[in-house]
Parts: sequence; C-alpha cells; structure tokens
Amino acid sequence: MTKYTEDHEWIEIDGDVATVGITDYAQKALGDVVFVELPEVGATFSAGDEVAVVESVKAASEVYAPLTGDIVEVNEDLEGEPALVNSDSTGNGWFFKIKLANVADLDDLMDEAAYNAHVAGLD
Amino acid sequence: MSDDNLLRTPLYDLHVEAGGKMVPFAGYAMPVQYPLGIMNEHLHTRDKAGLFDVSHMGQAYIRSKDGSDPAKIIEELMPSALSVLKAGKMRYSVLLNDDGGIEDDLMVTRTFEPEGTLYVVVNAACKNKDYDILEDKLGDRLTLEPLEDRALIALQGPKAEAVLSALAPEVADLAFMEATMVTLEGVVCWVSRSGYTGEDGYEISVPSDEAEALSRRLLISDDVELIGLGARDSLRLEAGLCLSGHDFDASTSPVEANVIFALGKKRREDGDFVGAERILGELGNGAANVRVGIVPSGRAPAREGTEIASEDGEIVGKITSGGFGPTYGGPVAMGFVPASLSENGTKLKLMIRGKAHEATVTATPFVPQRYKRKQS
Repeated sequence: MTKYTEDHEWIEIDGDVATVGITDYAQKALGDVVFVELPEVGATFSAGDEVAVVESVKAASEVYAPLTGDIVEVNEDLEGEPALVNSDSTGNGWFFKIKLANVADLDDLMDEAAYNAHVAGLD
Repeated sequence: MSDDNLLRTPLYDLHVEAGGKMVPFAGYAMPVQYPLGIMNEHLHTRDKAGLFDVSHMGQAYIRSKDGSDPAKIIEELMPSALSVLKAGKMRYSVLLNDDGGIEDDLMVTRTFEPEGTLYVVVNAACKNKDYDILEDKLGDRLTLEPLEDRALIALQGPKAEAVLSALAPEVADLAFMEATMVTLEGVVCWVSRSGYTGEDGYEISVPSDEAEALSRRLLISDDVELIGLGARDSLRLEAGLCLSGHDFDASTSPVEANVIFALGKKRREDGDFVGAERILGELGNGAANVRVGIVPSGRAPAREGTEIASEDGEIVGKITSGGFGPTYGGPVAMGFVPASLSENGTKLKLMIRGKAHEATVTATPFVPQRYKRKQS
C-alpha cells in the first residue's frame, strides 16, 4: 500500500515500517538533486518535523516526517549518487525507513487517487 | 509583487514558448531554467554554447555636457583606468560611494563616437540607483541616456565564436573585452567579447524589436541552447565572479571584495576617486575581512548566509555565494573571512544547519576561465 502527503512524499508500508521518498512531481519541481541530508538511524521524529534536506543546484528544500516514529534505515546510496532521486524517485531514490509509533496514523494520508487529484489542482 | 506587475524583456514570449520557468527577478519576469534543467544548461554552456537573455540589465550611454572626456568625469566615482580606454575597449569597474563602498559593479566601454561616448552595462537590480547616483553627483557635467529600446543577449561557451562568426566573420577578430558595431542578420548591433560565465563569448546589444528574430537565428544551431538565470548563477560562481548585492554591498570596499584588478595602477597613485583614503589604506595595510573562495570538503552545498567558523569554532564570517558547481563536480562557495584566515589552504568550518562541516580556502576561479585574450 502506498500513501502520499500534500508535501509530495510517498510512503510505502510494510507492517509497521514505512519507506519514504519524494514523488515524481517533487523531483521534477526540485530539478537536479546534488545532495541529500538524511536523518540519523535511531532518531525519533514527530509528524511534521524536518527530517531531511534535499538540495538541487539552485536551492535547499526541507523534507518533513510524514508520520511519527523512529528511523530504522537510511538510503546510503544517495550519498554517492543523489541523482537517484531524479532518475528513480519512487524506487532506488528512497530516503529513509521509519518505524511507525502508531500505524493507524496512516489513515490521515492520501491514497494515490487523492494525491493525483491534489497534484492536478496545483497546475 | 504579482506577476502582472513584472516587467517583461523583449524575449518574454520566446522564453515562455521554450518552456522557461518564469520567476520574478529584479522586477522582471525572467526564466530561471528551461526544460533542460540547470545542471544540463550549465554543462551545455561550458561544452558548447548558451544563449542568455540579460535584457533586464541596464544599458546606457554617458556623454559629457561640454564635449570633454566623459570617462575623466566618471573616474571620480570609479577607480579604474577609464579615461585611457580607446574606442572599442571595455573594462570592469565599480561605482563607489563616499565611503569607498561598492554601490554596483559594471562594464564600461568606449564607443566609436567622436566625443568619446561611453556605453555602460549595470546590474538590473541596481540600475535606477546607479542612474540616480550618476545624475545626483555628476549630472551637472554628464548626461546619461538609458537605452530602453535595446535588448541584451549573451552567447557564451566554446562554440560561441563559430556560431556568431557564421553571421558576421569579423566577430572572430575581437579579443576579450573588445567591442564593435556589427551587422547581424541586417541589424546593426553592438557586440562585445565578454560575459560573466568564465567562458569565451559575446554580449550583443540589439534593438528590442529585432531581439527575438536574432535569438531564433542563433538557436538554429544545434550547439546553442537557451540558458536561464539558475545556470547563469552557477557559471559565474564557478568562475569566481562577484554578484552585486550578495558578494558585496554598499559597505564593502573593492579591497574587501577582492576586485583589486578593477583599480587602475595610476589611479591608485593619484588617489583621485571617492573613498580613496579608505581604499588606498586597505591596499597598503590590508583589509580586516576579505572575500575568498571556499570549497566544502563534503558534498553538502553551503548557501548564502551560512556562517563560517575558524577551526576552533569561533564564528568569523559568512558565505555570500554558494552552491553546487556542476563542472567543478561538487559544492563551491565564496565568503568573507578575517585576513588572518584568507590564505589559500586555510582550514575553516561551515555551520550548515547547525552542524560544522570542514572547508578550505581555495583560489578562484574554481573552473579555469577560457577568455580569448589578445595575443601579444
């Protein structure tokens, strides 16, 4: 099951662990990604906290924790190859995995149809 | 400011048609990038040739009221050797205030008009201020004629000469910082071999109503792509060139900004410009703080405003321009540090989002400039 936030993150659920990345819409809007600052494994974030920073040639943009939980893994491939965020934003360009404090929080996020409608409303 | 209030350059329609992402810049709607993207636009310019709309910049003629050399008069506010400029030669200079601070930087060219008329190009964000300063301080002796009916386009990169000389072979004979009148596609243009990317190339002042046709003609070449402000900024940063209002402001002297090359040798001896006392003092004794190139050790870009610390953690300065250098292949920056920490190789720390990142003072340009200087 994949969920989405208004801030253009995708969240893929496996049990109580969510893999988080940014959507194709977001990577296109950002442009060429040259650096991603990822959280520390073990760190705890509340929904809405600044959890990562993604930098394009032009600017730095914050990524917010979509849900409350503990970081259990980060995508270390992004250190050497940040362009994965552009070339494979919903696959190998994932950012981090977060163990959810409360799986029911997922209900607050958008499903694919709702996200697509959200994006369509932005253009 | 809503988009409706933004000014448009004569190439606005071309930008929109080409998919340019239009953003407000200095009161104009300007393309920050095209579908190619900042990274590829930057690399294309260094590899082949980029076409930039810089029509938002201020172009003006300066003449004296009594027929004397206007350069001699503007030298009161600019420390460069301008009165010695021969027709068709240009120089980078700075417009100074009474305290020796830089109000703006600009290009000054001697035209071929018999009265020694100067053609100047100033920054978009500063043009009204610059014109007001010139009018206020020198208006009794100079007339300034803004060229509102001319566009300015820059063709930059190693293929620029081949592309432009196909329309007018004589442009190949211009050396860096030389300019002349050239007929391009039947239109009389003022063409200089100059730019702000570190690459060889040209700037073309063209009547506004001819700018789009000329741009389309240049874009026929497979070697030429439209390039937006995003890549223009990363190109000039890699070239180690100052951005007005960022790498200096009205409080910064030319010595602090490390644009000492803009100070003419005889002008230094004579000290005949505003702020000379401070500037000559700093030349002799050194400025307390100076602009240097800085290379972060890691991959994290250090943006404008990032605090600079000494190795022992004391905050000593700020980054004034910084980002990712696509040709350099990593982050590069410029900023101000105390003179004691300005030697190349000095280790610094950059406080990026609260964490200290290692960095090193490094000579600029970060990418070698490739100007076609006159063969001596």
